[in-house]
Amino acid sequence: MDPTTGILSQWQFAITSIYHFFFVPLTLGLSVLVAIMETMYFRTEQAMFKRMTKFWGNLFIINFAMGVVTGIVQEFQFGMNWSEYSRYVGDVFGAPLAIEALLAFFLESTFLGLWIFGWDKLSKGMHLAAIWLVAIGSTLSAYWILVANSFMQSPVGFVEENGRLVLQDFGALLTNPYVWGQFPHTIFSGYTTGAFFVIGISAYHILRRHQSDLFKRSFQIAAVFGVIAVFLVVLVGHNQAQRMVQLQPMKIAAAEGLLETEDPASFSLLTIIDQKTLTPRVSIRIPRVLSLLAYNRLDGEVKGVNELQAAFEVQQGPGNYIPSIWATYWAFRAMVGTGFLMLLLAAYALYRTMRNQLTAKTWLLGIFPFALFLPYLANTSGWILTELGRQPWVVYNYMRTADAFSPSLTPGMVIASLVSFTLVYGLLMGADIFLLAKYARAGAEPAGEKRTVEEETYWE
Amino acid sequence: MDLNTLWFILIGILFVGYFILEGFDLGVGIWLPFLGKNDTHRRMIINTIGPHWDGNEVWLITAGGAMFAAFPGWYATLFSSFYLPLLIMLLALIVRGVALEFRSKHDSLRWRSFWDWSICIGSLLPALLWGVAFANFIRGIPIDATKNFVGSFWDLINIYSLLGGLVTLTGFMLQGALFLSLKAAEPIQSIARYAASRIWVVATAVLIAAVIATYFFTDILQKLGVNPGPVPIGAVAAVLVCGWFIHQKRDGWAFAVNSLAILFTAATSFMILYPRVLVSILDPNFSLTIYNSASGPQTLRIMSTVALIFVPIVLVYQGWSYWVFRKRITADPSDLHY
Repeated sequence: MDPTTGILSQWQFAITSIYHFFFVPLTLGLSVLVAIMETMYFRTEQAMFKRMTKFWGNLFIINFAMGVVTGIVQEFQFGMNWSEYSRYVGDVFGAPLAIEALLAFFLESTFLGLWIFGWDKLSKGMHLAAIWLVAIGSTLSAYWILVANSFMQSPVGFVEENGRLVLQDFGALLTNPYVWGQFPHTIFSGYTTGAFFVIGISAYHILRRHQSDLFKRSFQIAAVFGVIAVFLVVLVGHNQAQRMVQLQPMKIAAAEGLLETEDPASFSLLTIIDQKTLTPRVSIRIPRVLSLLAYNRLDGEVKGVNELQAAFEVQQGPGNYIPSIWATYWAFRAMVGTGFLMLLLAAYALYRTMRNQLTAKTWLLGIFPFALFLPYLANTSGWILTELGRQPWVVYNYMRTADAFSPSLTPGMVIASLVSFTLVYGLLMGADIFLLAKYARAGAEPAGEKRTVEEETYWE
Repeated sequence: MDLNTLWFILIGILFVGYFILEGFDLGVGIWLPFLGKNDTHRRMIINTIGPHWDGNEVWLITAGGAMFAAFPGWYATLFSSFYLPLLIMLLALIVRGVALEFRSKHDSLRWRSFWDWSICIGSLLPALLWGVAFANFIRGIPIDATKNFVGSFWDLINIYSLLGGLVTLTGFMLQGALFLSLKAAEPIQSIARYAASRIWVVATAVLIAAVIATYFFTDILQKLGVNPGPVPIGAVAAVLVCGWFIHQKRDGWAFAVNSLAILFTAATSFMILYPRVLVSILDPNFSLTIYNSASGPQTLRIMSTVALIFVPIVLVYQGWSYWVFRKRITADPSDLHY
C-alpha cells in the first residue's frame, strides 16, 4: 500500500466533489423557484409566467445535466478509490446511498424527463406536479446523501463487529443530530444559491430595460425566497456550529485558531498559526465572543487544539489529530463572511422590490449580477471546512483517511483518473457556463411569437 | 430463500433492467451519426431517447448503491479491481449525458458535430465495456486471500472478455436500432429497420460464439454456480426469433424478444456466478460470495422493506412515462425538444 495512492485519491475526491457541488445547490434552489413560477402560471394563467417558467427552466436543465453526470462518479469512487473504507462501513453507509437512488434519483430523472418533453403531452396540473416532484426528489436526495455524510462526521446507530461497522439502529442513523443540522443548512444554502442566481440574472436584464416586466417579477419572487433562505442558513448554521462544539470540538478549535482551551473563549479576528510548531504568528481576538457563539452566554469553555490533541493521543494512541488550521480557519471565515454579506444583499433586494424601486438608482442594482457568485464561494468553503476539518479521520474516531484507500491501486492509476477527471470536467464546465451565459443573456422567449427551429431555443 | 439470495436476485434484476433500458439508449447513441444524415434527422433520433435516458441510467446507480448496501465486499473489490475500465466507462457516460443535453442548444455545425460524436463514442465504450466486465466476472479475475485484486488492466483483456464486449456492443446496437424503428417516424423508421437487420446478423453470430465459448472459458460445467441449463440457449433462441420479427417488420415484437435475449444473457451470467459474486482464478476459496461479502441481517432486512415498497412505485411511474411518450417522433418542431 503506497500512501501516495491515498493522497492522490484524496485530491481526486476533493476535486470531483467540489465540481459536483458546484452544480447541486443550484439544482436544489432553482427547482423550487421554477416550481413556484409554474404554480403562478397554473393559478393565474398569465402567459408571462409561462415564459418565465420556461426561461428559468431552461437554465435549470443546462445546470442539472452537469450535476447528474458528476454525481455518478461520486457514487462509484467509494468502491474504486476507497475499497477499505467501503468494506469497513458499507453495512451502514451503503444503505442511505441505495435508498437515495431508489427514492430520489428515479423520481428526479423520470419527472424531469416528463417535464421537459411533456409541455404538450401532459395536462397543466400534471405538468406542474412533475416539476414539484423534481424539486421534492432533489431535496430527498440531499437528505439521504447527508445521512451518509453525517455518519462519517458523527457516527451513530452501529456496532463494531469483526473489524467492520454493522448497522444496529437505522432510526438513530436517520435522526442523527448531526444530519438535522447539516441537512437544513445544505438545503437552505441551495435555495440561497437559486435565489441569488435569479436575482443576479434578473438585475442584469432590468438594468438593460430588457423584458422588464418578466424580470421584475422574477426578481421579486427570488428576493422574498432569498431573504427567507439566507436567514435560515445563518440561523441553522449557528445552531450547527454549537453542535460542532460538542460533537467535533477539534474542527471548531482549528477553524477558530484556538490553540489553548479558554473559558470564557475568545473569537478570532485575525489569527495566523504556524502548523508545524503550533505557535501563533498573529493573534487578534475579541474576548468572550466565541463562548457567546458556542453557548449563547458570555462564558463557557471551548477546548483548544493542544488539549484536544493530547486527549486524542490518550484515547487513540500517538498520532497527529490536528486538521489543517490554515484551511479550516479561512474556509470558515469565507463561509460565514459571505453568508452575512448575502443576508444584507438579500434584505436590500427585498427592500428594493417592496418599494417598487427596481429601475431607480441602477448602480446599486448592478451589484447583483456579481453577487451571483457569492453562494458558490460560501458553498465550496462550507464543504472544505466540513471535510478538511474532520481530518485525519474519514469516519470520525473510527477510521483514518490514510487507512481507507484501495490497496490494489497504484499511484499511476490514480494520476490517470485524477488528470482525466479534472480535464474532462473542466471542458464540460466551460461548455456549461458558455450555454448558461448565452441563454441567460438572451432572455425569455418574446411574448406571442414562437421561435423557429433555426433559432436558438430548441425545447418548448 | 435467505435475504442474501434475495438481494443477489434483486441486483440481478436491476442489472437486467439497466441493460434492457440503457441498452436501447446506448444503441441509439451509437447509431446517431451513422443513421442521421442531416440535423433534423439527428434530432429525431436523439429525441426518441430524450425523456428516458436519464431515468434509465438510474437503474445503474441503483444497482451500484444496492451492491454497496447489501454486499459491501462485492462493491469494494469489484469497483477497485475494474478501476481503469470503470474510469473509461464513467468518462464516457459523463460526456455522453452532457452531450445529449447540450448538442441542440447551440446553432453551429461544429458544436453539434462534436457533441454528436461524443454521444456516439460515449455510448459505444460503455456498451463494449459492460460485456468485458461481465465476461470477467464469470471467467474469474486474480483476487487474493485479502479479497483484493492483484492483477493489472491487461488481465481483464482476453479473448473471452473481448467476445463478451462484442455481445453487449452488438446486442445494444440491435436494441437501439429496434427502438428507433419503433419510436421514430419515416424516414428514420425504415433506415433503422434496415440497420437492425444488418446488425442482427453480427449480433446473432457473436452471441452464439459467446455461448459456446462460455463452456470452455468458465467453470459452467463444474457446476460451482447454479447450472443455467437451457437459459443461454433461450438467449440464442430469442435472438433468432427477433430476426424473424425484423424480417416481418413487426418492430414492437422484435424489440420485445431482443429484450428477452438480453434478459437471458444477463441471467446466464448471474446463474453461473451464484452463490459467488466475483470468481477468483487464483483459488476458489478466495472467491467472493453472497455470504462472505454481505452486510449484516439488519441492513438486509431494512433494505428489503424499502425495496419492496418503492421498486413497484418506481416501475409504475417510469412505465407511465413511457406511455406518455408512446407516439413516434416526427420531424415536426414540436417533437424536437433536444
